[in-house]
Formats: sequence, C-alpha cells, structure tokens
Amino acid sequence: MFFNNSFFVNSKPNNKIMVLYLNGENHEITVEPDVPLLTVLREHLSLTGSKYGCGEGACGACTVLINGNTVHSCITPVSGAAGKEITTIEGLEKNEKLAAVQQAFLTTDVFQCSYCASGMIMAAAALLKKNPSPSEEAIVQAMNGNICRCGTYPYIIKAIKLASSS
Amino acid sequence: MENQDHSRHPFEPATNELPSKPRYRFTLDRRKFFKLSGGGLVVAFVLHDLISTGNNNIPPADESQADDVDAWIHVGEDGTVSVFTGKVEVGQNIRTSLSQIVAEELMLPLTSITMIMGDTDLVPYDAGTFGSRTTPQMGTQLRKAAATAREALRALAAKKWNTPLTNLHTENGTIVNTVTKEKVNYGELTKGKQLLMKISDNVPVIAAKDWKVAGKSAPKVDQKDFISGKHIYVSDMKLNGMLYGKVLRAPSYEAKLIEANVAKAKSIPGVIVVKDGDFVGVAAPDSRTATSALLAIDAKWEERKGHPSNANIFEYLLKNTSGEKDNGTTTGDVERGLSGAALKYSNTYNIDYIAHVPLEPRAAVAQWADGKLTVWTGTQRPFGVQQELAETFRLNKDKVRVMVPDTGSGYGGKHSGEAAIEAARLAQEAKVPVKVVWTREEEFTWAYFRPGGVIEVNAGVNKDGTITAWKFTNYNSGGAGLDTQYKSSNKQIAHVPSNTPLKQGSYRGLAATANVFARECSITDLARLVGMDPLDFRLKNLDDDRFIAVLQAAAKAFGWDKPKTTGHGYGIAGGFEKGGHVGTCVEVAVSSGKEVNVLRVTQAFECGAIVNPHHLENQAIGSIIMGLGGALFEAVQFADGKILNAGLSAYRVPRFSDVPKIEVILLDRKDLPSTGAGEAAIIGVAPAIRNAILDAVGKALNTLPLLPNGILA
Repeated sequence: MFFNNSFFVNSKPNNKIMVLYLNGENHEITVEPDVPLLTVLREHLSLTGSKYGCGEGACGACTVLINGNTVHSCITPVSGAAGKEITTIEGLEKNEKLAAVQQAFLTTDVFQCSYCASGMIMAAAALLKKNPSPSEEAIVQAMNGNICRCGTYPYIIKAIKLASSS
Repeated sequence: MENQDHSRHPFEPATNELPSKPRYRFTLDRRKFFKLSGGGLVVAFVLHDLISTGNNNIPPADESQADDVDAWIHVGEDGTVSVFTGKVEVGQNIRTSLSQIVAEELMLPLTSITMIMGDTDLVPYDAGTFGSRTTPQMGTQLRKAAATAREALRALAAKKWNTPLTNLHTENGTIVNTVTKEKVNYGELTKGKQLLMKISDNVPVIAAKDWKVAGKSAPKVDQKDFISGKHIYVSDMKLNGMLYGKVLRAPSYEAKLIEANVAKAKSIPGVIVVKDGDFVGVAAPDSRTATSALLAIDAKWEERKGHPSNANIFEYLLKNTSGEKDNGTTTGDVERGLSGAALKYSNTYNIDYIAHVPLEPRAAVAQWADGKLTVWTGTQRPFGVQQELAETFRLNKDKVRVMVPDTGSGYGGKHSGEAAIEAARLAQEAKVPVKVVWTREEEFTWAYFRPGGVIEVNAGVNKDGTITAWKFTNYNSGGAGLDTQYKSSNKQIAHVPSNTPLKQGSYRGLAATANVFARECSITDLARLVGMDPLDFRLKNLDDDRFIAVLQAAAKAFGWDKPKTTGHGYGIAGGFEKGGHVGTCVEVAVSSGKEVNVLRVTQAFECGAIVNPHHLENQAIGSIIMGLGGALFEAVQFADGKILNAGLSAYRVPRFSDVPKIEVILLDRKDLPSTGAGEAAIIGVAPAIRNAILDAVGKALNTLPLLPNGILA
C-alpha cells in the first residue's frame, strides 16, 4: 500500500519517505514525521481497527504493539515507529483465523458497543505474551490504561483468564 | 448553527421523552418495495389502509396511533428474513435480541435473520432509540409481525395441501404436513408472490416459558467483526475523494464571532474553507492538514461575561428557575402531614453535571449527489437527524438519507445531529464527501450533559415508621423517576426547570439517577430517624411486589443480615424506571485515613421475561460500573463559559481498578412482558454507596459526586 496522492504530497515540504514494518509487511509512506502513528494507520493505510478515543494516551482505544510493547498510537509520532515491528488488531488474525486471545473474547461474548475492543485485545495480547498466566491483580494493572465506557471490565478479565488457560 | 443555545435540545429529559407524532408520508410504495426486495411476504404495521383499499401507496400513519411502533418483516423468495426497523445499535446488543425475538416466532435459527436498522430510506419512521423502549415496544411489535408472518405461511401451506392447520408442524423454516409427511420451506411458499399483510394484534405468540431461541444467551450476532477490527464505524469510513473536516469553535459558550480571516487557511493546498454566518469550517485531504488550516484562521470573538461556575452552580440553578413547573403528584395536604408528624426530616441534595463520554465521539460522513444528501452518522435518532438536516438545508425529507452503522455507544448522549450538519455543510461546498469526527475536547464541550440540579426533600414520619408527608422538589435535573413508590397519604412532588448554563439532555436513566438518589438517601435517613433497619423500613412502606422482590433478592444474596467488619458499612437502595426494577446493596470500607473503598455491589434486576440473560447481565454490570463514576467522582468542571476538564486525563471515568466485586441476580418473570434493561440498572448504585458510607461512619453525603477526591472530608 502506498500513499501517493501526487500534488498534495509534493506540496508538503516536511514530508519524508518512511518504511513501516507493519503486521509482517513493509509499507512505504510519505508523511510528515510528527504525524501520529494512529493517523497514518487510519488515514494513509486504511487500517481502521485502531481507534481514536482521546488523543492524549488516556483511553487505550488506539493501542498497538511496537516490538511487542503496548503503545498509544495517538501520541506516538510515526517516525518513532519506523523501522520497528508494529502490530495492529488487523495483524492478529492469521489466514482468517482469530488469534487465541481474540477467540477467548469471542467465546466470552464480552462487548457492548465494542469501540474499545481493538485496544483491549491488543493490551491483553501484550500482557499474555509477557505473562501467560496473569493474576487478576496483574490483569487490572496491565489493562488499567484502557477504558471501556460500557463497563464490560469484568468480562474482559474473564476473557483474559480464559485465554491464559487455553 | 445553534451550538450556543443551551436551553433548547430536541429531547428535554423526561418531560418530553415521548416523540411528537410522526409528520411524514412514506415514499415507499408496494411496487417499489418489491422491486427493491424481490417478491415474498411482507408484514408491516402501517399497511392496514393499503390492504383494505387496494391503494398502492402506503398511507401516512394514523396520528391516533402515534404511540404504535412501525417495523416490517420481509420473508424473501429464497426464505431469507429481513427485519426493517428504525432502532439503532449503540451497544445495547438489540441487533441480537430483536433477531432472537423474530427467529423465535418464525421458528428459524438466529442466523436466518438480517436486521436492517436506522436507514431512513429503508426503514419505517422511528422516533429514536432511547427510553428503554426497544424491547417493550419494538420487541413486542416485531414479535407480533413475525408471528403474523408465521401464521400466514402456515395458512399458505394449509391451502397448498388442502389440509387443516392442525395437521401442520413448523420447525426451522420448514412446514411439515404431519399426515402426508410432505414438506415445504418458507421460500417455496413465498416464491412468485407479493403479499402484504398488516401485523395482527390477536395473533398467537409463543409464551416465554416455551421459548427456544429467545430467552437464551445468544452471542452478539456480528461479534467477530468487532473483535477483528473489521467493523466500520462512521469514524472509520473512507469514501472515494473524501476530505476530512474541522469546525472552528468558539473560545467559550455564547461567544460571538466578530470576524474571521480565512485567507491563510484558503492558501493551503487542497484546503477548502466554508464561512457561512457563524459557521466556519475547513476540509482537507487529511486530518493533519485540516487541523493546520483551522489553526491558520485568525478569528476575533466577543466573549460573554458572568457565566456561572462550579463554585456557585447550585445557588444559580435555584435562583434561575424558568417558571414552567412540572408537577408530579399532589395528594392530601403535605403541610398538615409535615406539621403533624412525630419526626420531621429535611434535606437538600446537589447533583453535578456529568458527561456521557461515548468512546466514539460524534462522527459523520456526508455526500451530496443529484440534489440528495446522504449522511452516515452515529446517532440514536436517525429520523431526528434527517429532520434537522432537512430543516437546515431547506430540503424535503425524501432528499435526505441518514444511515447509522452500529455505533460506538451513546448512553442517551447522541440524540442530536451536530456532526451531521457540519459534515453536510462542508461537503456541499467541497462537492466531494466530507467526514467530521469530533475530538474528545469537542465532545466534552459541544455535546450535552446530564443536567445538574438541586433536590429538596421534606418528610414527616411517625415513630412506627409510617411516612406521613413527602415533599419533593427537583430543580432542573429532570422529571424521570420523580414520583415516589413509598406510601404516604400526603405528597407534593414537583420538578422546576432552571435556565441551565450548560447544554443538557438525556442520559442513561435520565433524571432518575438524581431523583432516585435523593429519594433513596432520604428513605434511609428516615429509617435511621425512627431506629428501623433501612430494608425493613422500605418493606413497611412499599406495596409494589416487583420492587419488594428485587430488594429482598438483593438483600438475601448480599447477606444484609450478616455482621460487618469494623469500619465497613452496608447500604441499600432501589427503584423502578423504564420498566426495570432494581434493588442494590453495597458494602464499603472506610479507612482511618477516611479513604472510601466500594468493596462489593450486589444487585437484583427484573425486567419481565428475559430475552438474553448474558446480554442482560452485561447491561446490568455496565450500568453499575457507569453508575459508580457518577456516584463517586464524575463531575464537569466549568467556569467562564469553558469546560475545564474536557479530556480523559482530566475527567475521570471508571477504569478496571475502580471495579468492585459485582454480583447480579436476574429475576426472570416469564409471566410478564419483557421491558427495557439498559437504564434502570444504574439508578440504585449512587444512593446505595451513600447509604453504606453513612452506615460505616455516620456521615451523610448529599452531593453527587460523593467523593471527587476519594477521601471523606
């Protein structure tokens, strides 16, 4: 995928060509280096699974993984992600098969409006990678940066426990 | 643009929750419908005149039946079933529960049902998705429509085989002749036909005790799309050539735009600027450029002075009443009841403004083509937004189509169409589609709030616990849940609106969150005044069996009678609202440093026959958690016409670490009609916590939020 909207791109003197290693593939983009990674994902690469919720890293809806660590993509300049391994919700599913953590959320039937789902699942994936059997306390601590305004927290905890046991 | 008019909101809480009568004329006629959908069988509410007169046009709804709910069900020639409803999915999981109801009556698996929701071109008029009306009204209507369709299909089969209905067995979309063993499926029966039928009120529906698809915990129907990030919310949409729009906002409420120099913004390549009266907006090929263009506008504003702030808001609301008193109940002589009482009680409760904070902010994509405006937006009132757009752009409503993809929540906060109007105005100028997604700051500042208010309670009680007088006056926070369920022969109950300094509107449970708080705190205070247990006092003064049942169920599961640890307190509260009955028990612990911890919440909930137990429990738990925020710490801070905590780092909402142990007991009343469940479960939380703190340390907190800093003063 390339962002090559000719005249417009050329009109921005600060634009830089960067390569993002995203969900196992290289993507070349031409963009101002300080644009948030979330904007690049959503607008330039049409990967809209990661959501805007607050723009200040306070809600977790934009959570993606960089080198396996959770990052708020709404406050991460795209230049800071270039050359690193980026994973978004779209990268969890392999060959139309949900990742185990997604399957656990599906089985638990967690969500209401589901707008927080991508961020929650990415945060849960990062946690489980580092700590395959987290205690409830560890889950709460790891997930506390993610807001579900519908209040499905108890089901999210249940899904993470299910994922850790499967 | 009217974003500075705080007084007018299309849906004032409580007082006007029922919609105005539909003022519309359907454009869908019989031929068009079947051209659109293929042949088959359609069962609808609005077709009665059509069927009787043979007229081809669906007539406007009979105004006398404005409370009736329109929907139609189409059984296609291939046997697929489509349900057309103006209700929208904002996380209540009604796409699932309504499918269950239809599947049940049509005796089909859930996967056979497709819901077409919230598209003003395709679905019949609907006032909106609010007030917990989907299940009792739309659910009931769809149940009857589906049952009517089933009976019509059975009649077709009986005619085909020339056999009585009693010889037919229906299962899984197939009708079997039990004598000849012949089979026919719905698709074969409807093939080549164009049948229109009216929903029958007398059609036999399946009793809740016999449900096979409804009444079960069917998983969210399209859950996988959400879990894989594939679902396209409005804020995710991208149309060909689409621009990203931003709107210039005033620095404070009621500020007047003196002038705006847009030359610099216009000179940025790719940017279009619209300046139309007070509306100034930009659109650009990406959101970064749109933001730069907005910042390049040199605007001069005249700001109004003398706005109230948090410091004086309650006094302000009392002083600035608007005079339109809305009386609830007045019975007996409340003053005599008060003066004759053995013990008198008087208290004032203050309720802060709080924000809905839907995680997806307002968003809209607008596109003009051939004089027709199409807008995708996340709203709870697609037809309301259609009307707003038609009025704003002076169009006939048939030239405006509003579509609502499943949306990132609302909680009563998305009844209006601000983003839709903004996107449409920008798209009109740009001649290409424009998307407007509000920032979190805009959502906090330019949407609307749950009203703040002041509630005065005066009551009299005899030493045996009989309530002799109940005087309850609510200033500004609204009339929902105003009336008391507790017996008193002398009552005077009123709601007095004030000139609100902040734009206010509906919220989950509406004003009941405030009124139930004040009432249930006062009831516990009265119990303490006469030395009775708060549960016993309630039971003595109630005669509503359903209310009594939830209080008792909650108390039993909670262990109300069990001894408590020193420094801990128990609180109970309850009520009913929007058809849901709730009883809530809370245990808190207060540390020596006066830090309050809510340890557990036990809640019993009853809303008639349960359609989906898992999703109901999920709604109840969600309501409890949302209720914790309003109870403990949520409050909009404002001064000088500005919102001071317009971001999620400053406005605190409940997080994982705020969640206590929660137990929900669902009472399944299969003998009662199913009612709403998304709202009432919130109302018991705040008073139960307040009453538990009172029980623990003897301190009565009378302002919501109770503990903005987490510490007892």
